[in-house]
Order: sequence, then structure tokens, then C-alpha cells
Amino acid sequence: MEKAIDKTGVKIGMWIFLYSEVILFGGLFVLYAAYFHAFPEDFALGGKELNRIFGTANTLVLLISSFTVAASITAIQQRRKGLAIGLLVFSLLCGLTFLINKYFEWGAKFHHDLYPNSDRLLDSDPGFNIFFGLYYTITGLHGLHVIIGMVLLAISLVLVARNKISAERYAMLENSGLYWHLVDLIWIFVFPLFYLVL
Amino acid sequence: MNEHESEHILSYGFLAQILGGLVLLTAITVGVSYIDWGFLNVPIALFVASSKATLVLLFFMHIKYEGMVIKVSFISTMLVLAFLISFTFWDVAFR
Amino acid sequence: MEQVKSFYETPSPAGLTGIKAWLLTHDHKRLALMYLWAVFFWLVLAVFLGMALRLELMFIGETIMPPEIYNSIFTLHGVIMIFLFVIPAIPAIFGNFFLPIQIGADDVFFPRLNLFSWYLYMFGGLLAVISLFTGDGFADTGWTFYVPFSVTTETNVSLTVTAAFILGMSSMLTGLNFVTTVHRMRVKGMGWLQIPLFTWSIYATAWVQILATPVVSITLVLVVLERFLNIGLFDPAKGGDPLLYQHLFWMYSHPAVYIMILPGMGIISEIIPVFSRKAIFGYKGIVISSMAIAVAGSLVWAHHMYTSGMSDVSVFVFSLLTYLVAIPTAVKVFSWVSTMYKGSILMTPPLLLALIFIYLFTIGGLTGLVLGAAGTDIHVHDTQFIVAHFHFTMFGGTGFAFFAGLHYWWPKMFGIMYDFKKAYIGSVLVTVGFIFHYIPMFILGMQGMPRRYYDYLPHFETGNFLAGFGGILMVIGIMLMFINLWASFRVREPASADPWGGTTLEWSVPSPPPLHNFVEEPKILEYPYDFSGVLARAAKNKG
Repeated sequence: MEKAIDKTGVKIGMWIFLYSEVILFGGLFVLYAAYFHAFPEDFALGGKELNRIFGTANTLVLLISSFTVAASITAIQQRRKGLAIGLLVFSLLCGLTFLINKYFEWGAKFHHDLYPNSDRLLDSDPGFNIFFGLYYTITGLHGLHVIIGMVLLAISLVLVARNKISAERYAMLENSGLYWHLVDLIWIFVFPLFYLVL
Repeated sequence: MNEHESEHILSYGFLAQILGGLVLLTAITVGVSYIDWGFLNVPIALFVASSKATLVLLFFMHIKYEGMVIKVSFISTMLVLAFLISFTFWDVAFR
Repeated sequence: MEQVKSFYETPSPAGLTGIKAWLLTHDHKRLALMYLWAVFFWLVLAVFLGMALRLELMFIGETIMPPEIYNSIFTLHGVIMIFLFVIPAIPAIFGNFFLPIQIGADDVFFPRLNLFSWYLYMFGGLLAVISLFTGDGFADTGWTFYVPFSVTTETNVSLTVTAAFILGMSSMLTGLNFVTTVHRMRVKGMGWLQIPLFTWSIYATAWVQILATPVVSITLVLVVLERFLNIGLFDPAKGGDPLLYQHLFWMYSHPAVYIMILPGMGIISEIIPVFSRKAIFGYKGIVISSMAIAVAGSLVWAHHMYTSGMSDVSVFVFSLLTYLVAIPTAVKVFSWVSTMYKGSILMTPPLLLALIFIYLFTIGGLTGLVLGAAGTDIHVHDTQFIVAHFHFTMFGGTGFAFFAGLHYWWPKMFGIMYDFKKAYIGSVLVTVGFIFHYIPMFILGMQGMPRRYYDYLPHFETGNFLAGFGGILMVIGIMLMFINLWASFRVREPASADPWGGTTLEWSVPSPPPLHNFVEEPKILEYPYDFSGVLARAAKNKG
């Protein structure tokens, strides 16, 4: 087709896809809300088991990576290809850091006999079990989305390097960025709901 | 066709300021969580989280500079989610 | 008449030949037809499954199958009908074919995504087929997969819900495509209030597809997680609440019925004006009511749960809200009937089917009021009454709208016309069979016969026997209808660009359309249902 690409349309399509992701996680937040209402003390106890340092570190890592992804778009718009690549690499490293942190966190929990169907969870109060059930489900699904986001950013990185993404044509980068920010957004809510429960 | 909005470039300094705000809010929410305000802890935490989310949405995700379609549909989506969660409470809160 | 090459002769992307011209196509019209053949397959299969169920029920005790098979067959019948026919059919077939043309566009906004959606649909169907033959047999939970049984049963639930998940993705991406298309690709001069009502209905539906489907997606993921990891999120012994599963499930599955019916109503809104030679009554009312149904329909999900044990407060609230949803639905019925009043009626198979739709859907909708009121629902919940209600709405409604759409747009899609007389006979036979098939179920339900039961008390046998009889008539009618349509390919009576006298843009292009849909710049009418031109041409021909 001879027509120029309708950037706004592409953007609308991407935002619509993000809405579906919001609702996808939203279903899990429905469960969280209902169960938090049912088991407030057990949730607080569960929250105490989680490591705030890891959680805060991961929050900061994602926030910084959102900044660098947004900055990479500015760099592309300013035709600073090298800077854009550097920022994207840094963002990917942030994602990797997040995943490594998550690996250690989960590992620590497993070590403390806190995993689905562990003896400790089966013996503890039901709300405590639900807290961790939700914790693993939500952070697991979120982690999956971190991986998908990293794949999208990596693809964008390659396209920037090959000059397929440029100041005239950067929808792919923009949309990958939007996906990445969504991953950050979800974590912004997951963090207080699980790590800062009082 | 070049549209004005797509040329809107956010400076690194401005983006860094947003990041600064996000880090500050994170510090606040962590700090607040060490103090027991009873049932208020949850609304406060959600309010701070929503503020952070708003900053990410408006500036990192650029929604402040987008057209009506995206703005309205985004808010509608959040309303749908709000209804899904809150209407469940007609059941859960009154058992 | 200039010889314009139809889209059958012009593959897109160019250069593709043979089967690749279909399997790798970006053309929304080819995709629509690929969906059509797949949907026909699933519909016929599910119809025969349904017939098998009703044959089993015609007589007390085992008739043609043991109870475990019965459970799997009604699950399969429901899963196929709902996820592979009623939800996707009209948007994927007629939405894909006609939405771009109706707004003067040459395709959808994301053609390759459209192709991907088709592959997701086919893959989901394939998984459903595979789940028939692997493991411990097809799921026996009913299409609603309620916990705890769906978590504990040994049948192939995981594979089945994965198929449903994939089909949901297909639906969601189709919705995304249509919304973007309507926003960005309307031809210059076509404002929002000049969009045909079928397109409006697809647009409203698309939003529900986008926003409601993800809820069932995550719900099905949770079922699989529970089956494998036994986390306990819905298990009372571990702190879980099985009712939360039901909430999540119906948060999608109630709006899903609006995904099913809105496009069907859109078809009726196209057909009635054309064959009344009169502008649709209350165009704005229909637009607003379509969007209102999409919104309000998302707030009433727990009316499926009155007897589940949820709080009395929620029973009251959801019952009240359910009655509000009935209002915009009724608006449409009034509009259609008012359109016909003092119109110049031309009887054709699409019109007959549309009229039957109005009749059957109204009955279905009115029985919905019985169900929406908590007090009466408690008496008939999970009985054959419900089965009759949703078949009146989903089959008498969407099913007949699908038939009507087929007969309305057949000449446009294929450039050939079918035999009217056989179409009438088939339609009437299906309808008579339908009534004898489902009305007894209302009575059986009120008398207390539960749904999904393999066997029943002796005094229910007459009703079940009658229902089976009606079912046989109905299936014969459907076969006759489909054979008649298929026969049109043999007879090949050519159809003109506008055999009906329509005013929407698809009737201004050749039958079948060329690759990019239009041969000349589309002319927008100031009002999409302005028949003055049609009537003037008819008068000129007469005189």
C-alpha cells in the first residue's frame, strides 16, 4: 500500500493491547482485594516474610529502567543513535537485575518452606497460604511480562542498531517502551500490596 | 503525515525530574509503611502508588500529549477495573 | 458493466498462488471466508453433538451413551458453540468482510494481525480437537469449568481451557483491530453518526471483546495453575473461596453474551430498513443503546450466581442492575418494529429470518426477566428453563441473525444468488423445529427438571421426547438451509452489485468486490439509511 503509516493508529492499537494486559492483571487484583478483606492479619504476617530491601531495590530498578527507556526515545528523536543504544542496553540490564533479584527472592522463600503446597503453608493459617498463593501467581505473571518486555526492547535495540528505527520511524521503540512502562506500572502496585502490608 | 504530538520531545532533564519524583514517592511509601495508621495504611499506600503510576503514565508513557481517544479509553479501562473490583465487594463484604 | 477483477482473482500480498494465496493473505475478505468455512465446520459438529444429547434424553435411562460420555458431550457442545461459533462468527466473518467496506476503507488497520487472529482461532480449535483424544477424555465439567470439580476431575480440563484461552486471544485481537479501523480508516466525510449500524454494533462489541476477555483469560490460567500446583486460591480448605472463581468467570461470560448478540442485532438493523424501504427508526437510539448495553452488560455478572451462596446484598444489587440492562435491549426491538410500520415491505429470505429473530429473541429476552428477578430465578436456576432461555437468545437470537446475515450478504460475498423458495422452507422448518424443541424445556424447567442431568424422573419423559422430536425437525431445517446455500455454487445464478436495494456502501461495489473494495470514490450519504435514491430508481424502472 502506498499510504504513509498512520502513527496515531498504531499507537491506539498498542494502547488497546495494554488495556487488555491491565484487565488481565486486574483479575488477580480482584482476588487480592477480596482476600485482603478476608484475611488482613494473615496478609500482614505474610508481608513481614517478604524482604523489603529486595522489593524496594526492584522497584527502583524498574523505575530507573522506565526512565532510560523514555530517554532512549528522546535520543532517537534527536538522532543520537549511540545514546539510544546505550540507554536500551542499560534498560535491559535493569530488567535482568530485576529477574535475578526475583530469582534470589523466590529461592529464599523456597528455602524457608514457603512455596505452593509446602508443609509450612499447608499448616499455617489459610490467609497466610492465600497471601503466598497470590504472591507467586502475581509476581510470576509479572516476571513473565518482564521477560516479554525485555524481548521487545532487545528487538528494538537490534532495529536501532540496523537503522531500521530512526527519528522518522520509531513506532516499534515507542510501543516496546509502552509495554515496558506497563510492566513498571504493575510493579508499582504489586510492591506496596505485598511488601508494605502492615 | 507528521502530527504535532508525535514530535513532542521530552528532555532528559525533564524525564530525570519525573524519575526523581518517583523515587521520592517510593521513599515516602516505604517510610509510611513503618508507621501504623490502622486501616488508613492501605488507602495511603494505594494513593501513593496511584500518584507514581500517574507520573509514569503522563510523562514516560506520554499520555498527557496524546489525543482524546487514548485518554478517554484509558480512563474507561481503569473505571471498568474499578467496577470489577468494587462490585465484587457487594458479595464479599456482606457475607 | 466493466469487468473489474474480484478479490478472488487478486491475491494480497501480490504474487501468491494456490493455497498460499489464502493461508498467507492480508485481505480481510479472504480472511472472512476462511473464518466462514471453519465456523461452518464447528457449527455443524456442535449441532450434531447437541442432537446426540437430545436423542439420549428422549428416553429414560441410557439411550445411546453412558453418563460419563454424556457429561463430556454437553461440555464439548457448549465449548464449541460458545467459543468457536456464537462469539466469533458474526464479527470474524461479517465484521471482517463488511466493516471496512461499510466505512469506505480498503482493509482493516492491522491486516497481518488479522491473519494472526485467524491462526489463533484455528489453533484454539485444533487444541480442542486434540483434547478429545488425549488423556482421560474431554472435559466433563460443563463449559463453565466451575471449581472445585474442574480442578479435581481427571479429564482433559487443562488442554480445553488452554484452547479457550487461545480463542480468547483471537477474539481480543480482532476487537483491537476493529476499534482502530473504525477510528482511523473511515472515509473522508463519514462522521460517527453516519456509520452504518452494523459497523456500530461491531465497534461496541469490539470494546467488550478487548476489556472483558482478559478476565476469563486469567481465570482459565488460574484453573490450570490450581490443577498443577494446587495453590488453593479457590479451595476452602486452604483459605480459598470458590465463589471468587464464579465471579471472575462471569465477569467475562456475561459480557460475552453481549459480544454474541450485539453484532446479531447489528445485522437485523441493516436488514429491516432495506426490506421496509424506509430509514431505520431511531438511529441514534440504536447507537446509544448499543454502547449502553456494552457498558451496563459488564456490571451484572453475578446474576448467574443468585443461588451460589453469595451475600443477599449482592443478590439484590445485581438483580436490580440486570433489569436496567433490559431497557436498551428493548429499545432496539421497538426501533425495528417502528421501522417496518408504514414501510414498503419486500419479503425475502433475509427479512424472514430477521423477523423470526425478533420473535425468538424477544421470547428469550422476556424469559431473561424471569431469570433476572432473584425471586423467580431461585425456582428455575440450573434447570431446563435456563437451557431454553439461552438457546432462545443465543440460537434464536445470534444463530438466526447469523443465518439472516448469510442470506443477506451471500450475493455480495460470492456474486451468486441462492434459491429463495428452498431458503424459505428451510427457515420455516428450523423455526418450527426450534419452537417444538425448546418450549418444552421451559415447562420441564418450571416443573423442576435440572440441567446437565443424564437421567430424570418418569414424568419428565414426555417433554423430553417432544423436545427431541422438535430437535430432529430443526436439524433437518438447518441442513436444508445450508444445502440450499451450497447449491448456489452449482447453479451459479449471478447476483448484481445491489440485488436488494441497499444504501450502505457494500451495495455500491461489485459482487464480489475487487481487492481494494472500491472501484470509484465511495459516495457518502448524509444519512446512512436514506432510501430516496433507491425508491427513485425503482419508480423510474417501473415507469
